[in-house]
Amino acid sequence: MYQFFYDLTGNVIISTIAVAVVPLVNILIVALIGVYLERKVSAWMQDRVGPNRTGPLGLFQTVADFVKMLQKEDATSTEIDRKLYNIAPVLVFAGTFASFAAIPFSKHLIGSEIEVGLFYILAVSSFVVAGILMAGWASNNKYSLLGSMRAAAQIISYEIPTAIVVLSMVMLTGTLSLTQISEIQTAHFWNWYIFGGPGLALSKFLLIPFMIVGFIIIFISTLAEVNRTPFDIPEAESELVAGYFTEYCGTKWAMFMLAEYGNMFAVSAIVSILFFGGYQSPFGYLGNTLGVSWLIPLEQVGWFIAKGWFFIFIQMWLRWTLPRLRVDQLMSLCWKYLIPYAIVNLVIIGIISLL
Amino acid sequence: MALKTETMVLNMGPQHPSTHGVLRLELEIEGEVIKKVTPHLGYLHRCFEKHAEAMQYNQVVPYTDRLDYLAAMGNNFGYVLATEKLLGIQVPERVEYIRVIMAELQRIASHMVAIGTNGVDIGAFTPFLYLFRDREYVLTIFEETCGARMLYNYMWIGGLSHDIHPDFVRKTKEFVKYFKNTIVEVDNLLSYNKIFIERTANVGVLPADTAINFGASGPVLRGSGVKFDLRRDDPYSIYDRFSFDIPVGLGLQGTVGDSWDRYYVRMREMEQSIRIIEQAIDQIPEGDVQSAIPKRIKPPKGTSYARVENPRGDLGFFIISDGNTNPFRVKVRAPSFVNLEVFGELCKGHLVADVIAILGSIDIVLGEVDR
Repeated sequence: MYQFFYDLTGNVIISTIAVAVVPLVNILIVALIGVYLERKVSAWMQDRVGPNRTGPLGLFQTVADFVKMLQKEDATSTEIDRKLYNIAPVLVFAGTFASFAAIPFSKHLIGSEIEVGLFYILAVSSFVVAGILMAGWASNNKYSLLGSMRAAAQIISYEIPTAIVVLSMVMLTGTLSLTQISEIQTAHFWNWYIFGGPGLALSKFLLIPFMIVGFIIIFISTLAEVNRTPFDIPEAESELVAGYFTEYCGTKWAMFMLAEYGNMFAVSAIVSILFFGGYQSPFGYLGNTLGVSWLIPLEQVGWFIAKGWFFIFIQMWLRWTLPRLRVDQLMSLCWKYLIPYAIVNLVIIGIISLL
Repeated sequence: MALKTETMVLNMGPQHPSTHGVLRLELEIEGEVIKKVTPHLGYLHRCFEKHAEAMQYNQVVPYTDRLDYLAAMGNNFGYVLATEKLLGIQVPERVEYIRVIMAELQRIASHMVAIGTNGVDIGAFTPFLYLFRDREYVLTIFEETCGARMLYNYMWIGGLSHDIHPDFVRKTKEFVKYFKNTIVEVDNLLSYNKIFIERTANVGVLPADTAINFGASGPVLRGSGVKFDLRRDDPYSIYDRFSFDIPVGLGLQGTVGDSWDRYYVRMREMEQSIRIIEQAIDQIPEGDVQSAIPKRIKPPKGTSYARVENPRGDLGFFIISDGNTNPFRVKVRAPSFVNLEVFGELCKGHLVADVIAILGSIDIVLGEVDR
């Protein structure tokens, strides 16, 4: 995308800023729609109406909320560690923001075509932990401290099964670039890795059950990494009030929320790239049939966003259905079940890929 | 070098999302493990007992509503029974039937809140709203009957404030029929949910003898496997005419007396309440609900004690009369207060998250704890 802007403007600074602004706007939109959708989805599930006053169908509810939050006084306790307290939300947001840089929305609509995109996203998303720990410590609040300790333990633990599943996918595809992984799964949905990947060899059919296991493992562990129910123990409302951001309000609180919804989209994107073809259409492109080449990127963006929101919807669905796990149960789920299964899965996929 | 460590004191409440009102818990924790729990009460103290001494007997009834505000009918019931005993009044059959139906509807409504909030504490928000949606049916029935949705002042000494609404029987039958589906739905969504069971089974185990020693009652006692229900063991009003079972904790998912058992007893009690309502609703005799209300309430010298099985347990009213129009002393045996005593025992060694699950399963109402 940088190249595109550079060709357009011929100016390094402008094109860099443009590349940086696109994901920012993207996260804002994701958060605005995400919060609205969360309210509506929960309302549908709970036999309620949901927001319906502000604008048509309550569409401007989150916009109004956002404006309200910007106007709020930044009320802080006097006993806080002010430096860390101020840096923490920025750091948490930066982790999310940075991971959007490497997510391919279409073959060309990508912030930066890094060869090691997958690795990069795993790396920058662990940035969030540092921010959360800072927030919990600097707030000088016991609920925040407990919440941040829980969050750190949880996010770090659940990165392991995520990484192992990612490793098995890297083994199959032979690349860390998200664009290339998406490109491999082109043409039709039976080329998606959830259906064993491209080709029609025997190994494809052998792979299918292990791909499904891999998908389930990575979906569960990314759910835990973004602190969604049933793994929302760091911000467990009924126990820790709001967890690590108890003491935050106004814009800083909004940054945590932006990061949360941004993360939801980011992990949905990774899951859909690894297993569901990323931006690839499941049935081939209308642009190819009609011979209109400029239609293809638009279709790709559309498919990618649709897949991302589909997984966000599943996350919301789970959130409003399931109760919350306890800290020790969460850890035992990770260490006793997910990690062993992920390792076994990795070995089997390795053997099959050698066939 | 030995590391200097110390326990952390976490103040939970009085403003906290899941202390069910204004309870303050002082948790002494090591990491997340509870070393000691000290409940601090009194944030909702309203001097009910002292206040009652300055009121005439009939004027106390509205104040009893505010004790266990989720089960106001039951509180009315206990107080009027105690006063009627003092006065020696026999209330008409119609009044007895309506009182029993109201008390059982109230039990269902109250258990719905208890189960729902227990679920919310553990993170399941949706069943809570389903239950609140259905609680509206009961509240609407109450509203049509006496004009209030929460604090009814419905049962008066010797009678009732209003006769039932013409639609009452039809609506109650409709509700009972409809509500059976909700019980199945909540069972599927929450009771047998794997995560819910993981969170509540074997958590906060209360052995039967400890429960008896602490004087626990209601679902907390029955959850420990003790088959004790005042409606059966010390029948008041006309409860001896109906057949119903007393559900007890069986330890189906863990140990007898764990949080899940207490929760489960409430689920099954709602079914039994439905049974009682179904038996009673067709038998309501004709009559006047206010004929037995005395013109002037001036009981003879003496004392009386009446207890009823409220949704939260054994609610007792002890009244001393000195022959005046005001009671000399009113003492309330509040089940929530007594059940809360067990709480500290249950929490030892558990995690912070369990405190919430256990508190939800004990189901206290602060209006009654503090009075």
